[in-house]
Amino acid sequence: MRLIIMALMGASFALFGSLASARAATPINPQADMKAFQGYFLKRFPKVPLAAYVNGPYNFSKSEADQWKQIMEFPPYQFALDTGKSVFNTKFPNGKDYASCFPNGGVGIAQNYPMFDPKTGRVVTLGIAINRCRVANGLKKLKLTTGPMADILAYMTSTSDGKPINVVVPNNPKALAAYRAGKEYFYSRRGQLNFSCASCHVQEAGMHLRGNVLAPALGMTAAFPLYRSKWGNMGTLVRRFIGCNKKVHSVPAKPDSAAYRDLAYFLTYMNNGLPVSGPGARP
Amino acid sequence: MAHQILIHASTASGMTTVEALVKHPMDSGFVKDKAGKIIPPHYIEVIEFTHAGKVVLTGFWGPAVSKNPFIKFSFKGGKSGDPISVSWVDNKGEKASVSSNIM
Repeated sequence: MRLIIMALMGASFALFGSLASARAATPINPQADMKAFQGYFLKRFPKVPLAAYVNGPYNFSKSEADQWKQIMEFPPYQFALDTGKSVFNTKFPNGKDYASCFPNGGVGIAQNYPMFDPKTGRVVTLGIAINRCRVANGLKKLKLTTGPMADILAYMTSTSDGKPINVVVPNNPKALAAYRAGKEYFYSRRGQLNFSCASCHVQEAGMHLRGNVLAPALGMTAAFPLYRSKWGNMGTLVRRFIGCNKKVHSVPAKPDSAAYRDLAYFLTYMNNGLPVSGPGARP
Repeated sequence: MAHQILIHASTASGMTTVEALVKHPMDSGFVKDKAGKIIPPHYIEVIEFTHAGKVVLTGFWGPAVSKNPFIKFSFKGGKSGDPISVSWVDNKGEKASVSSNIM
């Protein structure tokens, strides 16, 4: 009898062991994920061409699209863009400037972010790269959500306007782990309302949430930073993450946390090939 | 830079439509900052649009107008290439103006 129990226990341990190793050994294939992700939306909304996804909710509501066209006669982000440009071109007290921290002087590089940094083994978004540049030159970090950071991001993103998004997940265990963590964050339910990001932005994409149209997750990151009429000013992708988390009654992560870095990494990777269209304007 | 105005005007069948976006804080004087101090009033008092030297619209604005106000109006006459200009004065005596041509 005892022998049988021992044998059973042994079998169950073996089973657990194999499950755990199976999860760790599940091949991560970002390329295939991206094809499936984009394919899902293209199949579901055959009338919307791939590049049009950067316009988010405007593909699904004519009245919102009409209002947007009128708003864009004077883009509401214009002042932020001009401020960002002058801040970007202003020298630091030590004589260097933002351009010295980036390849190609910071012009036309926004499509490559978020980027995996092999030195630290972490994902670096453009906002975090700007803060690194400031710290390296003896300045304080900027708030990652709004204000001057959004202005600088607006300018840097505008110099990449129309360039295809090109986020790379290198074959590095830490990069793949960050990608997997971002993917898990996107599909995990959280908060009192028990929503995942995908609940609204994949399952219910294009549908109404009260008066608003839910933007599909595809193309979402391309228009950031953006001027949101609800906010009345500019905000970054991180600001939106925090807003979404609050809306489902969960505790938001820190703006520079690994969770949001990885989520931005995964989401932007899904948009590879779509044109950068930031800064944007949303209701 | 500090005082920026975006303007564009277009003409169709004898009517000219002018749109302008004015960068201004438009502080009403009733709002407190994070430290609890009242933000002093700072708003545009008079805004004036001229077409070829003739005033076509004068607006007497005040603290009730929003931050970075947008204005749109139309007038009879005007043709493509005519000069159009806008200027404002605020309660602190600051001024700004910009001129453009009808498209």
